[in-house]
Amino acid sequence: MFDLLGQGLLANLTPAMLLLVLVGTLSGMTIGAMPGLSATMGVALLVPFTFAMEPTSGLVLLGAFYMGAIYGGSFTAILVNAPGTPSSIASAFDGYPLTKKGRSEYAIVGATMGSFVGGIIGVIALIFLAPPLAQFSLRFGPQEYFWVAIFGLTIIASLATGSLLKGLIGGLFGLLLATVGIAPVGGDVRFIFGESTLQGGIPLVPALIGLFTIPEIISLVARRTRDATIADDDQQKKDTVWGMVKDVLSRWGNLLRSSLIGAAVGILPGAGGSIANLVAYNEAKRASKHPETFGTGEIDGVIASETANNATVGGGFIPTLTLGVPGTPPDAIILGVLLLHGLRPGAQLFETSGPLVYTFIIALAVAAVMMVPVGLIAGRGLQRGIMALPVRYLAPSITVLAIVGAYAIRNSVFDVFIMLALGVVAYLLNRVGIGGAPIVLGLVLGTIAETGLVQGILTSSGEDLPWLTFFTRPISIVLIVMCVVSAVWPFVQKRRAEARRAQAVPAVPVGQSERGGKN
Amino acid sequence: MNSRRTLLSLIGMLGVAVLAAGCSAGGDSPAGYPEKRIDYVLPFDPGGESDITARLQQELLTDILGQSVSVSYKPGGGGALGWSELTRTAPNGYTIMGSNLPHIILQPMLRGDAGYATEDIKQVYIFQSTPNALLVPADSDIQDLDDFVAAAKAKPGGLSIGGSGDFTANHLGALLLGDLADIDVTYTPFTGTGTAVAAILGGHVDGLMSYSPQVIQLGDQVRAIAVATDERMDALPDVPTFKEQGYDLVDGAYRGISVPTDTPDEVVETLRAAFEQVNQDPGLIAAFKEQAFVLENYGPEEAAELTAERASIYEDLLDRLGMLD
Repeated sequence: MFDLLGQGLLANLTPAMLLLVLVGTLSGMTIGAMPGLSATMGVALLVPFTFAMEPTSGLVLLGAFYMGAIYGGSFTAILVNAPGTPSSIASAFDGYPLTKKGRSEYAIVGATMGSFVGGIIGVIALIFLAPPLAQFSLRFGPQEYFWVAIFGLTIIASLATGSLLKGLIGGLFGLLLATVGIAPVGGDVRFIFGESTLQGGIPLVPALIGLFTIPEIISLVARRTRDATIADDDQQKKDTVWGMVKDVLSRWGNLLRSSLIGAAVGILPGAGGSIANLVAYNEAKRASKHPETFGTGEIDGVIASETANNATVGGGFIPTLTLGVPGTPPDAIILGVLLLHGLRPGAQLFETSGPLVYTFIIALAVAAVMMVPVGLIAGRGLQRGIMALPVRYLAPSITVLAIVGAYAIRNSVFDVFIMLALGVVAYLLNRVGIGGAPIVLGLVLGTIAETGLVQGILTSSGEDLPWLTFFTRPISIVLIVMCVVSAVWPFVQKRRAEARRAQAVPAVPVGQSERGGKN
Repeated sequence: MNSRRTLLSLIGMLGVAVLAAGCSAGGDSPAGYPEKRIDYVLPFDPGGESDITARLQQELLTDILGQSVSVSYKPGGGGALGWSELTRTAPNGYTIMGSNLPHIILQPMLRGDAGYATEDIKQVYIFQSTPNALLVPADSDIQDLDDFVAAAKAKPGGLSIGGSGDFTANHLGALLLGDLADIDVTYTPFTGTGTAVAAILGGHVDGLMSYSPQVIQLGDQVRAIAVATDERMDALPDVPTFKEQGYDLVDGAYRGISVPTDTPDEVVETLRAAFEQVNQDPGLIAAFKEQAFVLENYGPEEAAELTAERASIYEDLLDRLGMLD
């Protein structure tokens, strides 16, 4: 295997191949940064071009593009609160607050270095652990997917910093939205109110744009000054790039944890990046010494989310290459291309087509490395441009981007209206303290939970009590324990912090001890 | 002098007008079709069988039709969103849409408002099918269809078969098998072929009604005990048919291309001929065989006949099972 790895590495170091990886990474980043153009769609659009190439080059281009696209989603999430892909939802939670504090450069550097580390660790998992991890992933049945989704929903408890009740209201609203359209199991048509277009349900990307971006546009426009820029005050710290890079890399615990979460969740077919970034964000918050700063512009939140989503790239290829089961939607397309070239996935693929497979895998790592210079140069350039733009130009530009993005995902004007409607609703809910994040969690995870629940009952219909299987399977039990811990932890954390504060300095006046109180 | 200039300018204007009229009409005139880019819309997410097929056809179509063909996606509702939009599209042949059987039969039949009726969609060509194949895990005790039926009879309703989606070819395949063999199996729909395959590999279902390409993709991780074709498939010579094991089950998903019903006959004929020619390309034939796709050649009339035939079979079955309202 090691000589195959060496061969793969050498094959990647030729100028032609490096150029191909660079082109793939750059174009992937560009597509990924556009809300509405998903990594999946980009990869599909690229496929006909690869027919003209020999198989190795074609796959290398697709792999590099995919890696770049997942990273690119972070730009709009951080800079204008528009997650370009569902994989970058949590990047907006702290990335955009950082931007508002005038520290977007820091956020971009955090996303870049996180994506780099996550990408590399995902590839390492793919190289060394593919067969055992693939076998493990198969033990996740419908029951386990149900609990994974519930685990994701417990994040609401930790996101709802102010009021748990308001978080739950948001989450339930999201769950309700998730029930619109055709039932994922059973095929019944629900809550479409005579509008046949709603059969497809509430589309995720337009919903993301509506719930996150539109309220921000409204509050940007609502400011008084004509020449205001997006940041509250220009306190951009004059750190050097190298200083910021070092700072991000010193948070190795977060980088490692988020990479492992990303690689592990990426393996599960059907869950993938949209869950990985949320789980990693939650775990970073739980592990943090100052969880209360999350949501107000905490670099660890951006790093966790972006590290995890790039780790899903390598993780997702594990079942794709070893079992023929695509881990993520873009993997399904790359699997199709493999088959078109007569390459059958499975353990024997690594033996019969070793040079090709390892060249492809190494190319993913090379793409991850290339994201660093490209991100630090082009990404920061984009960031400076947006920061310099006064709101009177920025707000209409973001609006256009939001509308085009909502339209592009399936060429539908209807989706634009859904986006705008949800945006206005989210703005109003924001005013009463209900954020967009719990709503999105409900929308994303509701479908997964419902599917797991109904499928689990159907597949165990041979048992006397089918629902009992949700509590008896070993992995399910582990997941249930994780759910309980995750739901209770924020309260434990809060209690502890209060106890500590009461003990330490009872003399400090209350107002001054609160962070960011002056804004 | 003055009048002559007026006349000249009048003639000039007329000329421009005629030219302009000629141009604008040219875009829609059936005789000159195609004169601009054709949009090939898939009502599904990228990455599925329809997408792979369209990507194989794209370049060949461009060569044959002499105009570029661009592939785009309009997913939602298992295809229903795309098809309902097709019925509202200009019938000029510049928007063509992938269409699948049995989807376009069953969605209008079973959903109150699918947004279209089967008759609103004119199938121009059916170029490919993927027959149903019944798979069990490689380590299963079930060796053939007889074992499967016996196992199902041993615990009625207790044997679970997975598949891709509700009221798809997989679902109907499971229902038809249950009907023919007089067994009661529980069908569990998964959200696509990929997740269904993971369920059988992990042993979460006892069997999988899937499509023939999966037999090749999954290799020796599964045992294919029957395929729903008339005769054994070239690509799968070792897999017996349902027929040779005593059950007259021939079914699968058929993929083709459709236009709105009012599309002029000349346009339909041009498209039909183009897709027929695409299906003769050696590279495409080889790629189809590699993936265990079956090459089909149904023109508009044959496609309509097939649709009517399948529709009556499904209606009869679903009616007897009490699944029609």
